[in-house]
Amino acid sequence: MSIVYSVLVLGALGAIFGALLAFAAKIFHVEVDPKQAAVRECLAGANCGGCGYPGCDGYAAAVAKGEAPCNKCVASGPEAAAKIAEIMGVAASDAEKMVAFVPCSGCKDVAEMRFNYTGPEDCRAAMLFGGKSNKLCTFACIGMGNCVKACKFDAMHIVKGVAQVDRSKCVGCGACADACPKDIVKLLPEKQKVVVACRSQDKGAQVMKMCKAGCIGCMKCQRECPNDAIHVENFLAKIDPEKCTQCGHCVGTCTRQIIRKLDA
Amino acid sequence: MTVTEYLSIAIGAILINNFIFSQFLGCCPFLGCSSKVETASGMGLAVVFVMGLASAICYVVNEFILVPLGLAFLKTLAFILVIAALVQFVEMFLKKAVPSLYSALGIYLPLITTNCAVLGVVLLNVQNGYDFLGSVIYGITGGLGFMLAIVLFASVRERIQFADYPECFEGFPICLISAGLVALAFMGFSGMKIF
Repeated sequence: MSIVYSVLVLGALGAIFGALLAFAAKIFHVEVDPKQAAVRECLAGANCGGCGYPGCDGYAAAVAKGEAPCNKCVASGPEAAAKIAEIMGVAASDAEKMVAFVPCSGCKDVAEMRFNYTGPEDCRAAMLFGGKSNKLCTFACIGMGNCVKACKFDAMHIVKGVAQVDRSKCVGCGACADACPKDIVKLLPEKQKVVVACRSQDKGAQVMKMCKAGCIGCMKCQRECPNDAIHVENFLAKIDPEKCTQCGHCVGTCTRQIIRKLDA
Repeated sequence: MTVTEYLSIAIGAILINNFIFSQFLGCCPFLGCSSKVETASGMGLAVVFVMGLASAICYVVNEFILVPLGLAFLKTLAFILVIAALVQFVEMFLKKAVPSLYSALGIYLPLITTNCAVLGVVLLNVQNGYDFLGSVIYGITGGLGFMLAIVLFASVRERIQFADYPECFEGFPICLISAGLVALAFMGFSGMKIF
């Protein structure tokens, strides 16, 4: 008998609560701003948090209230920003498309290792064993893939122990840059194609011992650049995106082959 | 029950048998929502609110439905059902009627639907044989104890950010260690007898 009672009582309780909630949903229905729903439709929906709001819904609500600019969603691109601007009735300011970049070329073939790390697959764990890296170069990418785990768009991969960005898939949300415990991953404007794939600020002689693909600060690129766009600071070449014309002259001059012109 | 008994329930729930530090209920939001005092107090407020309401309604369900039908063994199941429905209902009601409170409680209200502290308080009410008023007092003061614990701990965590501790403790480890120390401080109340 108690089985029947149990089923009946719990079933009845469930039905009553269900009915109450259904009624309550009708009675306490709150009109959501239709603009908010329309804006939400335009977004990528990955909830990457690149805009700085809690998820796509949070951003859509902020846009609908007029608190957020229309072009904060890098993941859904400029077309979506234009659509959102149309919904909100304002002109979209152009969101420059950003793409992640890993300024390190120290893959397993060229970089000397500090120790053979066999612990958990996590950059933060590998950083704890002194020197902030498993490679001899303290500036190098550890390659345990925290950025790969953070990427929701399958655009990050570890190739030979260094993170590589798939530029065709990267939407520039910056999740990888946040996940990188060494702040290696940077967001660059997509139009900046000529890059220095090294971040070592060690002196040239030290770099020579540690990594075959490290900037030694030889200043050749600085001298050769026709636009005065490259400067060596702290033994590391830096490209000024304002002055760089993407001519790629420096790519051929680099003695260490670490200045590259990215294709896509 | 007498006034002194109610008082001893209240003080017991806040300090002596604190839900987090001596009963280890609700540890998940305690660690998850304690990075800032502001969010911690939002969470605490939501817990006080839901614990009080759940105690009242679960007492009624237990006393007038389950016990007369000899189905007291179903109380865990029934209480989960009641709490889940209640939280949903309260959320809808607040959204419509008191939007300011709704936005203050924010995301924390639906989060505590499945909180063990809320389920714990209603089960303990039955176990301890409290009457209606006793249950409600135990619910509300249990929530206040939770709020006290989480706000205290959040302010500790805010200070930890500027403290100089070994690098390998960064993040959760140092947080768990300090939680243990705060719990140890609350051990000072254990075994105290009121009235």
